[in-house]
Amino acid sequence: MRRIRWNAPLVVSLAGLGLIVVLGIVAPFLLEEEATALSGAARAHVSAGHWLGTDVLGRDVLARTLVATRLTLEMTLAATAIAAVAGILLGTGVWVSGRRVRELGLRLIDVMISYPALILALVIATVLGTGPVASVLAIGLGGAPAFARLTANMAASVAQRDFVTQARLMGVPPYRVLVRHLLPNISGPLLVLLSVAFANVLVALSGLSFLGVGVQAPDYDWGALLNSGLQSLYTNPAEAIGPAVAITVTGVLAGFVGDGLAAALDPRGGRAKAAAVRPTAVATPSHRAPADALVTVDGLAVVLPDGTRLVDDVSFHVMPGEVVGLVGESGSGKSLTAMSVARLLPEGLSAHAAELTLDDLDLAGPEADPKRLATEIGIVFQDPSSSFNPALRMSGQLTETLRVHQGVRGADADRRAVEALEQVRITEPARVMKQYPHELSGGMRQRAMIAAALLPGPRLIVADEPTTALDVTVQAEVLDVLKDINHRRGTSVLLISHDIGVVGTVCHRAVVMYAGRVVEELSAADLRAGRARHPYTRALLAASPRLRDSGSGERAPLATIPGRPPAPAGRPRGCGFTDRCPVAIDVVCATERPRLIDDVACHAVRQEVQAG
Amino acid sequence: MAAAPAVGTAAGTGRSARLGPWGAFLVRRLVGLTAVAVTLVAGTFLMVQLIPGDPARVVAGAEATPADVELVRHDLGLDQPLLVRFGTYTSGLLRGDMGTSFQTQEPVAEIIGGRLPFTAEIALLAVLVVLGLAVPIGLAAAARGSRRTDASFTFVTGTVGATPEYIIGTLLVLGFAVELGWFPAAGAETLVSMVLPVAALVLPATCVMARIVRSEATHVLAQDYMRTARGRRLPPLRLYARHALPNLLTATLTLGGLILAGLLGGTVVVESVFAWPGIGQRVVEALLVRDYPVIQGCVLILGLLAALLNLLVDLVLALLDPRTLAGKGGR
Repeated sequence: MRRIRWNAPLVVSLAGLGLIVVLGIVAPFLLEEEATALSGAARAHVSAGHWLGTDVLGRDVLARTLVATRLTLEMTLAATAIAAVAGILLGTGVWVSGRRVRELGLRLIDVMISYPALILALVIATVLGTGPVASVLAIGLGGAPAFARLTANMAASVAQRDFVTQARLMGVPPYRVLVRHLLPNISGPLLVLLSVAFANVLVALSGLSFLGVGVQAPDYDWGALLNSGLQSLYTNPAEAIGPAVAITVTGVLAGFVGDGLAAALDPRGGRAKAAAVRPTAVATPSHRAPADALVTVDGLAVVLPDGTRLVDDVSFHVMPGEVVGLVGESGSGKSLTAMSVARLLPEGLSAHAAELTLDDLDLAGPEADPKRLATEIGIVFQDPSSSFNPALRMSGQLTETLRVHQGVRGADADRRAVEALEQVRITEPARVMKQYPHELSGGMRQRAMIAAALLPGPRLIVADEPTTALDVTVQAEVLDVLKDINHRRGTSVLLISHDIGVVGTVCHRAVVMYAGRVVEELSAADLRAGRARHPYTRALLAASPRLRDSGSGERAPLATIPGRPPAPAGRPRGCGFTDRCPVAIDVVCATERPRLIDDVACHAVRQEVQAG
Repeated sequence: MAAAPAVGTAAGTGRSARLGPWGAFLVRRLVGLTAVAVTLVAGTFLMVQLIPGDPARVVAGAEATPADVELVRHDLGLDQPLLVRFGTYTSGLLRGDMGTSFQTQEPVAEIIGGRLPFTAEIALLAVLVVLGLAVPIGLAAAARGSRRTDASFTFVTGTVGATPEYIIGTLLVLGFAVELGWFPAAGAETLVSMVLPVAALVLPATCVMARIVRSEATHVLAQDYMRTARGRRLPPLRLYARHALPNLLTATLTLGGLILAGLLGGTVVVESVFAWPGIGQRVVEALLVRDYPVIQGCVLILGLLAALLNLLVDLVLALLDPRTLAGKGGR
């Protein structure tokens, strides 16, 4: 079991429950007499002698409430234990037994759980009669199916992991699988479930007594006290308040113990939602981009709430009609850069830049016209299987921008969507329109995604790893479609990829990123010819099968880049590639940040140029 | 669960081809409903057989002579073998005969017929109100949650959600009927009488449901398709209602269906608090005097209501999310 991280709600609620348990132990010894003593005044109001008044026989309500704590807690614990033991055995048992038994068992639990527990308890109470023992059995057994269902859900995730499967294949008997493998791995969530079950059982048990079919006089628990309190609601309302508060407070505390435990066991810890930091010193504008560029990114930084820069001082531009590739390993900041351009950064991240514009549209400012954003930028996401809404038909999703932002009416929008689907080479587009995303193949979905991005007639398409999630054969088709659109419509494309081969074949120009910065910018022709200068780009090329094999027939073993890129918070002051760089120069590379001069940011290259 | 659905789909395609997805879905659900009904009939029958002691003696009363007891035993058919009695019970049910109340001698079917509308009324109203309140509250909490609102949301829903219906009911009576006198404390004479019972039912269930909705909504809002929708720069209402809601409801109803069915259990208690003349109140009365035919009938009907409510939830699920048509509903 994971270590528990104590938190305030957990400590407070546990302390509160502890106090109630102590009360339950002590109260009967101290107050038994007062609780049964008949004072002359029946149903007396609140007074100094009787803080909650007296009941119909003139007994002190407060004393009775406190004394009842013991019986109530005992019954609740017993019934919770029954529900838990029966539920855990059933819920984990189905997962250690054979397939047939499991399917039948799960189905059975499902039928039982769809039946309200209280009514199940009433049935059991009918058979067993009234009284504490019958109530405990009724509520305990009535609560077992829900416990079993939740345990089965938890056990399912563990039981299907490899080590359990392996243990079973090796012939480890079910009992040992249960005790050694299943239970320890779900003990945390089980503890949460137990405290919630305790609260539910308390409420249900008190409910039975409240209805008069639980504990019978002369015994009394909180439910029974509440029952008699309800009878005198008009004469002494305080009589009902005592047991009502007792039940509620105990139940709520148990519930909060559950909440607290769940939070304490949550590996992700508390959700950190810090306020956005002020932009720290934004880079001075470099004005490298030509004035007629469609997209200008100058000095872009993407910053975490704690100030960590995931992307730092990135500058590049996209000309009208140009396809620019952003290439780099995962974690290089290429996708965050693209999402900054699309103004779609995840919550908590913020983009700051000296200039971040699409033509005259400011993409970094506090306000940007949603209509222009939606119609001028088309976005193709990485995973087509998760990027369409599974609950909506394709037609609605494809035409949404047209209808919402461009006022195109239903039939018209549908016709245009069909045309767009044809353009991305989808056969039977009319049929696809009526289908749901899950009915299409991955390649079809990605082409439909491109069609959706295309429909409003955007000036820029941002394609974030559009082929990564696809089969190799489908990748080429999707890339062809993108190239074709650029060719025929002159739409600019910002293509993000970790595959330098893809960028070399599809793009006009490539921007290579490493550890949140641009390390080199070069033309696709140079890339294809292997004329890269930055050691990182060269290493990428050496690790790419397609480009190297295209020239000569010889096949050298693929190179790999040793080491890993530094984490955003641990990037060196100088060049991020220093630790993995074969040509790093001592002192300078690790301490001094290389500036992008003549399209390459590298101290070694600079030295070479100056020397030769 | 990777292997199981694949097998199911292979077997299901042949059937779907003939019936269509909706046909196959309905056939599957009707078979399920029949199974539940059969289980209920057997269960309610066995329930009475399992009672320790002698029902005939209970019915005849403490002062009855042995001869009287035997007469009652014969009247009730208790001297017949078990299977014969089961046959009598089921054939009676098929004719709409659910037996006669030991206590009042009324036919049970009539008792239930008179009370069912009252229970159905508040239960259905409660379901609608719970969904109508919990979904927007939970969604808003997930979409606009800051640290402070998260904490107060957890506290309020945790407190009210853990407070039983009968205590909320008692407090409502105390506040709004006894002290303020705005609503009647009991009975079902006017439409206004419904307000307090429904409120007592709805308050805790809404809180529990809102928690489920919030946790599901947090999950849904983080999905890729929501980013796609945000990429279309939709107005917030459209973003949440059109894109988040259907996916949210699928998960919420799958989990929350149980809470909705649990509302039926809540009605039993709430009806007793407010003397609401429904099935719940009647079954508790019958339990106290061991009026077995009435208990049997009420439990049977409440069980069928729960099954129907589940079916309704599954139907709505299938309408909202076509993927559930294919499988078992993702439970």
